[in-house]
Amino acid sequence: MKKNLRIANTKFIDQTSRISFKFNGKTLYGFKGDSLASALLANNIHLVARSFKYHRPRGIMTCGSEEPNAIVQIGNDPSLTDPNVRATEIEIYEGLEATSQNCWPSVNFDIGGINNFISPLLPAGFYYKTFMWPASFWEKYEYFIRHSAGLGKAPKKPDPDLYDHQYAHCDVLVVGGGISGIISAKLSATKGLDTILIDDKNFLGGSTIYQENSSYKINDINSNKWLNKEIESLRDYPNLIIKNRTSLAAFHGYNYLLARENLTDHLSYNEKKDRIRQRLWKIRSKKVIIATGSIERPLIFSNNDRPGIILCSSIKKYIDYYGVKTGENISLFTNNDSAYETALSLNKSGIKINAIVDIRKYSESSIVKEVLNLGVNILWESTIVETHGYKRIKSFEVMKLSKDGNSVVGSKSKYITDCLGISGGWTPMVHLFTQSGGKLKFKNDDNIFVPDENKTPSDQTSVGSCNGDFKLNEIIGNTVENLKVFLDLNKTCYDDMKVICPDEKTKRNIWLLPSDKPLYKTKPFLDFQNDSTAKDVKLALREGFKSIEHVKRYTTTGMGTDQGKLSNMHALGIIADTTGTNMGELGTTTFRPPYTPLSFGTIVGRNVGEFFDHTRRTAIHDWHIENKAEFENVGQWKRPWYFPKNGETMHQAVQRESKAARDSAGILDASTLGKIDIQGTDASEFLNRVYTNSWSKLAIGKCRYGLMLNEDGMVYDDGVTTRVGDNHYIMTTTTGGASNVLSKLEDYLQTEWTELDVYLTTVTDQYSTISICGPNSKNIIQKLIPDLDLSDKNFPHMSFKNSKIFNVKCRIMRISFTGEHSYEINIQSNYAKDLWKKSIDIGREYNITPYGTETMHLLRAEKGFIITGQDTDGTLTPSDLQMDWIIGKKKYDFIGKRSLYRSDTIREDRKQLVGLLTDDPKEVLEEGAQLVENINNKPVEMLGHVTSSYFSPNLNKSIALAIVKSGKKMKGKKLIVPMENKNISVTITDTVFYDKENKRLNA
Amino acid sequence: MFLINCPYCGERDQTEFSCGGEAHLERPKQPTELSDDQWAEYLFMRKNIKGIQYERWNHTHGCRKWFNIVRDTSNDKIHAVYKIGEKPPVKI
Repeated sequence: MKKNLRIANTKFIDQTSRISFKFNGKTLYGFKGDSLASALLANNIHLVARSFKYHRPRGIMTCGSEEPNAIVQIGNDPSLTDPNVRATEIEIYEGLEATSQNCWPSVNFDIGGINNFISPLLPAGFYYKTFMWPASFWEKYEYFIRHSAGLGKAPKKPDPDLYDHQYAHCDVLVVGGGISGIISAKLSATKGLDTILIDDKNFLGGSTIYQENSSYKINDINSNKWLNKEIESLRDYPNLIIKNRTSLAAFHGYNYLLARENLTDHLSYNEKKDRIRQRLWKIRSKKVIIATGSIERPLIFSNNDRPGIILCSSIKKYIDYYGVKTGENISLFTNNDSAYETALSLNKSGIKINAIVDIRKYSESSIVKEVLNLGVNILWESTIVETHGYKRIKSFEVMKLSKDGNSVVGSKSKYITDCLGISGGWTPMVHLFTQSGGKLKFKNDDNIFVPDENKTPSDQTSVGSCNGDFKLNEIIGNTVENLKVFLDLNKTCYDDMKVICPDEKTKRNIWLLPSDKPLYKTKPFLDFQNDSTAKDVKLALREGFKSIEHVKRYTTTGMGTDQGKLSNMHALGIIADTTGTNMGELGTTTFRPPYTPLSFGTIVGRNVGEFFDHTRRTAIHDWHIENKAEFENVGQWKRPWYFPKNGETMHQAVQRESKAARDSAGILDASTLGKIDIQGTDASEFLNRVYTNSWSKLAIGKCRYGLMLNEDGMVYDDGVTTRVGDNHYIMTTTTGGASNVLSKLEDYLQTEWTELDVYLTTVTDQYSTISICGPNSKNIIQKLIPDLDLSDKNFPHMSFKNSKIFNVKCRIMRISFTGEHSYEINIQSNYAKDLWKKSIDIGREYNITPYGTETMHLLRAEKGFIITGQDTDGTLTPSDLQMDWIIGKKKYDFIGKRSLYRSDTIREDRKQLVGLLTDDPKEVLEEGAQLVENINNKPVEMLGHVTSSYFSPNLNKSIALAIVKSGKKMKGKKLIVPMENKNISVTITDTVFYDKENKRLNA
Repeated sequence: MFLINCPYCGERDQTEFSCGGEAHLERPKQPTELSDDQWAEYLFMRKNIKGIQYERWNHTHGCRKWFNIVRDTSNDKIHAVYKIGEKPPVKI
């Protein structure tokens, strides 16, 4: 096992800086610049993972983001670990710890491997078919299925890393730093356009930059040297920004793109500390040039998934870029010329090429001849029918292909190998183009989907091999010609280029290669990550699935974390072949963002913890904290819920607060109520239209309660509005509804009632509201403002006074949400905390008791006052709430009026608000509990539910509000509240439980 | 994510705006004189077109003004933006 497969010094790997890392607990070494995959291969480790369904041993198969097998778990702390990281993409750093996924107890010996031997029992749709019956067993099945589902392990603690978001605006965004991307960036920058070039690798130049091959020449020098000079020249442009390790995640409409920049994932633990891990770029670009290149396809034959089977182009990159050989006795299997480039690289590095199996009859191109001249054994018109070796490929069997390619002929010959390169041609990366809304067209010659230039949704273009140009001369020529039009250029520095490259003439493509065995005895894998085979796709077709989207979901082909980058084309090809359809007509499955997985941390950026949402605090908040308030979230507001004293429970605190408010005095911070300042000559008319009741005759200095409906007649909001001047009102809204009410009123003013002279301003934050209630509230206010005449005659209930407290202007409303004699003082917020403290000081002799929202709710429930949003849910009319009195019958129109006599809203058996008393006065109902009449008539009819429920200390019994079908007619009727372990008997009552005559308002 | 050219503020990101649904549904001047069916037509019925649609938008995180746009819902292309009260463009 212990071999050093590092064969060469390359300029990309720094062999002077050795890096130690751990894989499955074992310490290994690599060099700076290595990917985890290249470092593992250098240590002769191919087996890195087990497959998802059959737990088959799997090895590194590619060298990029398309990797389906080599996905690993990163980090040693299970609470902070990072799952599903592609070993081909992560760069190693000192201290890196990676482990294999989806295996137990280890990747070498995995119990789940038994699934491989029973695989004939696990076809596509196995779970759907097997666990359907009996239906009642699902709960038991689910337990086991959940245990075997999922890749990797999710971290258990919050992500400790720092993420960032940044906006960028540019003229041209070039996606991809291969040869066509470099040319594009230079042309754009030369024209003086603000250009951003992004590439997901840590180097520029794509695959050309390590193409050490004299068959490829540009202007008489090797293509890699030429490109290197071009890259160097990019540094001269101040208007060009280059971002490495940045992968494009999504391409949305209007050229809005998201890109993830990796800042620290390649750094050691010490270096990454306290630094931003990833940055999400939100890019608006006037023009986009897609140069994302193409990825090599595998070939589909039996047992094509063994460790040691690697894409040809990846073998080449491991040698030429990383200086790592993937085996010592390598064979290649191909249907095109690009595998011969790999052969040349292998030969140059002194690695033995066992054989090249080519499904074509012959190839005339120069590069093939070059390989032939080396004396390599090329098996023309042949296919691999079987491979052997469990944890690493050991041998393969070859047979001749028939003329039509549908079967094999002749005898089998066996070849020993320790690494098999496969190449099934190239697939253009059209993901971004289709994400943006572009449509594809099919090129029959190359069996590829390419962007349809006539169906491009925004100002963008695709260049290079992602546009279907694979030959070097075409890539350069077509890119330049295309950009001349796209960027409106006349002459460029790339005109009259001399490009020499091999010319591929012979093509042959067979999506599913034949074998001497029947299909059901082979294992030709399509989707390596999700373990779906060509058999599964054919089974799905036999079972009647026709749409590719259905076949995809039924077989899970293309649904892994790699999103089928390798497998989708073959799945489509096999469907087309089997059904006799043209692939162009079949189309593709939908490409959805993100192109590669994004961590949640990157998506949310800084919007975590306290920055997730705004927290609104009243001006008196600090006092509440000092006085040990428990808080309740109401919208974005933090409101005091109750003020426990000496270790009181919530129930004890609320009972004490409620009693004190009615017996003497209570004080409430009501600052969160929405306040809208309404001014204008048509303010009264405006209120007439938005509230159900009439406002024309409200005198200056008076207050009125109003109910606001939606146009559908349902109660939307409520509150007291005060007329402070001829054309001036202050409206209060519910805490949660404030901003929506303002928006709604603005909408009507701007779009429907443009003739009205009305102006709305929110003053919720500018004014704080302190509510003092109870029989002694009048005494306290009098002490606060000695010269204010508080007599009922001068300052009656539902009226308002401008006044001054300690020389600060304030507005005092005598209004009540508790049923008690009560005042609300509105004061500029910066004085509110002072006023609150003074009120408490002055009120101390009256046992003034601060209370929170829970007591407020209890007190109003005793009076039967509704809370919109708690007792209402957008399905109740004023009449349902027994509030017919608030409908201005004589009013010509108001929002929602017409809906109040629709056939549905006048039904008598609608759900209506009622009061409830429990037969046992100590029994407190649960809010949300259902109400039924008879529990024996099954199915039991649900008549309604409890909306508010409390134990009233002032009445010494349990009270509740509920909505009940035909409730208005049911007063005195007994209903049942069925609970888990008992049935509670209740009686329907009036909604007002306390002080029905409203005597206490003037007490 | 589109860019919307607010007639009061200029071109801004879509995240600053909210859509208020179909445009040019005038609230009946005399709702009380409508039949249930006529009122339901105004209240509930929307066209939900695939193609050219007239829409109300509000610059929620900007000037808070309402305005109308003409948008092709099949590709999100915005063909026109105009203020409330202005006549919609006839030819798109």
